[in-house]
Amino acid sequence: MEAKEIYGKLEGKFAGKVSGFQGDVMDPNLRVDPQAVVEVCRYLRDEPDLKFEILSDLTGLDLPKENKIQVVYHIYSYSHRHQIVLKVDLPRENPQLSTMEGVWKVANWLEREAFDLFGIVFEGHTDLRRILLPEDWVGHPLRKDYVEQEEYDGISTQRAPLVEKLLR
Amino acid sequence: MQPLLNSLPETVFTTKVDDLLNWGRASSQWYMLFGLACCAIELMQTGGPRADVDRFGCVPRATPRQSDLMIVAGTLTYKMAKRTKLLYDQMPDPKYVISMGSCANCGGLFQLAYSVCKGVDKIIPVDVYVPGCPPRPEALTEGLMRIQEKMMRERWLVRQPAAAEAPVGA
Repeated sequence: MEAKEIYGKLEGKFAGKVSGFQGDVMDPNLRVDPQAVVEVCRYLRDEPDLKFEILSDLTGLDLPKENKIQVVYHIYSYSHRHQIVLKVDLPRENPQLSTMEGVWKVANWLEREAFDLFGIVFEGHTDLRRILLPEDWVGHPLRKDYVEQEEYDGISTQRAPLVEKLLR
Repeated sequence: MQPLLNSLPETVFTTKVDDLLNWGRASSQWYMLFGLACCAIELMQTGGPRADVDRFGCVPRATPRQSDLMIVAGTLTYKMAKRTKLLYDQMPDPKYVISMGSCANCGGLFQLAYSVCKGVDKIIPVDVYVPGCPPRPEALTEGLMRIQEKMMRERWLVRQPAAAEAPVGA
């Protein structure tokens, strides 16, 4: 099914909760309302015409100029060989979203990664811990306003200046 | 390496105890398997048939408790740095460390990353730095030769208790 048709189907079912469809890009994408994202995804998975079996990727985007954090879902259907991208906008101060674990189990680790690097809190997640960085890490490093600590656990994070020597 | 001086032909030779001890140590450097990134591929090549460090008695051990030498091969992250320190502390004295490749020396290509340690010498003392990205097996073999030289210079019978052996940054 073409992305345009998928969007049309969603618009019919969830009027007002999906918007902003972009079709003529490499990955056709649409915006989903944060409150409705779980039910939209469950519909996308279960509807026989759509049958999105797999959440290929879940990632975050920090957009300080627009003062929002975006969660991006790449989903794919093996049966119908079509794909689509869902985007959810969250406020930058307090990014919270329902977990997708109940729809695609793989979301467990992907959401842990997004929590680790962006600080997005997924409500209802069974095990929301850091997955890549150490547990006692301070901050979420893929945020644009992340400030590197002077040391981590007694190890200095300072480095010798690189460019100054070359410029002289 | 010329440890066995004044050799008499046939059966008898005389040497210094220190030299004999050091000759034995330098000819059996057991290194710990410790590959962290792509340098580990070159480390495997160094142990492989072409470079073949086995001929110097350099064999890999899978545990720090049987190792004399730690070759830090690859990018060291802060998460791994704590483990590295633990493994180093588990090695029996006397122990040596080779920092292999740019990443282990100073963070290398990834030194601007938030998660990468800016050199293994911030955690543990390093004896030999091998430059390269990654170093060729010849370069790492040269590093092993330097460790051998260092071992041969050490004195055991008249050893002074070393004051400044505390690890850097410990």
